[in-house]
Amino acid sequence: MLKKLFITTAIALVMGGVAEAQTPRKGGTIRFTAPYGSSFANLDIHTSNRAQDEIWAKAIHRSLYNWDAKAGKPVLELAKSATASEDGLTYTFKLRDDAYFHNGRKLNADDIIWTFNHLMDGAKAYPGARYARMIKGGVEVEKGQAKTISGLKKIDDSTFEMTLTEKVDPGFYFWTATTSIYPAEEAQKDSFAANPIGLGPYKLAEYVPGSRLVAERWDKFYKSGQPYADKVAIMIMGEASARDVAFRNKEIDASILGPAQYVAYKGDPELSKGLLEVAEVYTRVMGMNPTFKPFADKRVRQAINYAIDTDLIIKRLVKDKAYRATSWLPPTSPGFDKSVKPYSYDPEKAKKLLAEAGYANGFEFEWTATSNESWGIPIVEAVIPMLEKVGIKVKIKPVEGSVLSEVVSKGEYQAFIWSLSTGPDPQVALKCFHSKTPQTACNYTLFKNEQVDKLLDDAGATNDQAKKVDDLTKVNNIVFEEAPYWFFNYNKAVMAHQPWLKGLQPNATELAIQNYEEMWVDETSPAAK
Amino acid sequence: MAAFLLRRTLQTLPILLAVALLIFLLFSVIPGTFASSMSDDGRSVIDAQVMERMNKEFGFNDPVHVRFGKYVAQLAQLDLGMSFRTRQPVAKVLAERMWPTFILTLASMIFAIAIGVPLGFIAALRPGSWVDTVSMVGAVSGLSLPKFWLGLMLMYLFALVLGWLPSFGYGDGGLRYLILPSIALGVAPLALLARTTRAAVLEIMNADFVRTARSKGMSERKVVQWHLARNALVIVLTTIGLQFGTVIGQAVVVEKLFAWPGLGSLLVDSVTLRDIPVVQGAILLIVLSFLVINTLVDVLCAIIDPRIKYS
Repeated sequence: MLKKLFITTAIALVMGGVAEAQTPRKGGTIRFTAPYGSSFANLDIHTSNRAQDEIWAKAIHRSLYNWDAKAGKPVLELAKSATASEDGLTYTFKLRDDAYFHNGRKLNADDIIWTFNHLMDGAKAYPGARYARMIKGGVEVEKGQAKTISGLKKIDDSTFEMTLTEKVDPGFYFWTATTSIYPAEEAQKDSFAANPIGLGPYKLAEYVPGSRLVAERWDKFYKSGQPYADKVAIMIMGEASARDVAFRNKEIDASILGPAQYVAYKGDPELSKGLLEVAEVYTRVMGMNPTFKPFADKRVRQAINYAIDTDLIIKRLVKDKAYRATSWLPPTSPGFDKSVKPYSYDPEKAKKLLAEAGYANGFEFEWTATSNESWGIPIVEAVIPMLEKVGIKVKIKPVEGSVLSEVVSKGEYQAFIWSLSTGPDPQVALKCFHSKTPQTACNYTLFKNEQVDKLLDDAGATNDQAKKVDDLTKVNNIVFEEAPYWFFNYNKAVMAHQPWLKGLQPNATELAIQNYEEMWVDETSPAAK
Repeated sequence: MAAFLLRRTLQTLPILLAVALLIFLLFSVIPGTFASSMSDDGRSVIDAQVMERMNKEFGFNDPVHVRFGKYVAQLAQLDLGMSFRTRQPVAKVLAERMWPTFILTLASMIFAIAIGVPLGFIAALRPGSWVDTVSMVGAVSGLSLPKFWLGLMLMYLFALVLGWLPSFGYGDGGLRYLILPSIALGVAPLALLARTTRAAVLEIMNADFVRTARSKGMSERKVVQWHLARNALVIVLTTIGLQFGTVIGQAVVVEKLFAWPGLGSLLVDSVTLRDIPVVQGAILLIVLSFLVINTLVDVLCAIIDPRIKYS
């Protein structure tokens, strides 16, 4: 399976390379889709952390860093250089001198400092505070104890200093759209919410709430020759079957596919030519609460992993639109260990482990799940007979998505199934297993292991990148062995695209989020003019 | 009539208040908050501190009775509050979505009335004929078809196979984009109107005053025009009024399928994301539309049939 994954990833990268090799064509309209709901929140991206909103924001806005999908890491976007101090806590950023907001004003250090202060406004609860809290003095501003973040210092118009609270790579914190840089003065006007002014490759042309957002080329965009298309039209299309008809009818250029459509598109000789597949940084897992007595025993948790025929469920139910999980971290992560084998399907071994743990006659537990087709009740229903074979009975507790996140973070469950973000920063993803990380943050299974704590502390303190990766890999392997979760799968995101759409990037953090400036349409597109 | 309208307006106030209370209590009891919904898609991440701040900002830390008191006080000032998600006044959010829903429901009802009423009439005038059989079989089928399935079939046929119409979206709000969703939404009321009209006309055809008119030698055209049509119209109008309200509610499915930016799709998103002020505002607006339409129908019925008094 992993071999297949690496081949697929390689093909995706080669395909990307092929697209790059062709001469991009200027003009036309990219007709993209936002598939995760029936609307955008609003046009103030600081108020949203949702992938659906990042889809439009990537056209209009830019952050200090950007995600390089091909390299699989964050890269500087609005700065030319970032120099770290010896202790690794202070970074000096030199801003690029060719970045202009859509009103023609040049980006300066005040804009960056204002934006991060704005994100930390405690009265507003902006989701981006999660990231800006990493800047020294951010928490004080959030709590109202200070007016400005002490860890941000303007050197001159194009230079500023950022002091962090921990030795982390700031790139992993300041690349998402929810930390987009706003123009300091303009963003304080009431009109900004309806007419966003960004630094992105496209400027807002039209917004019909609940229908579409159209943006047109910003000629002063800082990347030479980009963007290529005249316009990008982002259609809000939450309904998969409607997207399917629209895609086949050539009304849209790209569509995210679900498992059922994936099978249909793969089986179609024409449609199968335009599929981009990526292993995203989301791991689907069943979490086990150690306060429920049987799950406090590692042997029981491991028995669950042995008792489930995971490959069969991926093949039959998820229609191969996923990769078997062999740890917490996804294969694209530097902390992923290729040599680790998944738990085999071995009911006898599961029974033996249960007997050793004192549960030879099994037990019953309540499994909280949503209706999600890829990581919800349909999956639980497939697992139930497998667990019954080893004597474990399951009672399903159906909940809505918004309820799931609440009960899980409060620990009000015996077991849950969810898709959890496990990247792109392995340090952040694995910190969820540090005993000091509260359950409300992300230590949902109340994981506690001294060795893991020490390795995570060491990884956070070292300047040696190789040692850091080594420590994190060890943590990842210990977590897999301790089995606080049933490790189900890594999401395989699939995007169908028309033959005329070029320059799509295999973005493992979220395939639907693309850098539109790299995309273009050839002359065969119905919207080529 | 002025007294009637005033009385009806006063009657709507307790209804609206009861609906507001019901929605408020419902969303106070069911678990999940806007903050917890921010990571429900298994993709977006949010931390506990931000969630805590959001709950505080949106007043979830207050007891239910305090929140309800604040809500009623707001309503009394015709203030629907602020949307958690868009952070804009609910009235503005609803205003952006009202027009698409209005034209969609209007178009679907025009479609339903223009075909359903004449069809029912013709079927009733020729009971047992092939027209009657075919139209009534069609009506029963129309009532049974799931809107989602019907919408997909329309998309498939008219967009994909024939290429006549766009399969989705609002476009410029023009007729081309309106046709398929309004047919998908209008088929069920069409079927119901056809059946109701047929039943109403058949019932009136056997009434004493119709028999008397015929025995007096009145021409069949005049019997239909003066006795059948006018009397049946009262029943048909009442059905249209009720169907208008139903169609506004049922627009949820069609709007979502056709990516139509109306109140229905907004309501679905808002329920999922627990954007309670928007849910409350949207439902109140739908209830209010229903009441207004039915008041208008009552007025029209009284104009058509002088026997009906405003009192």
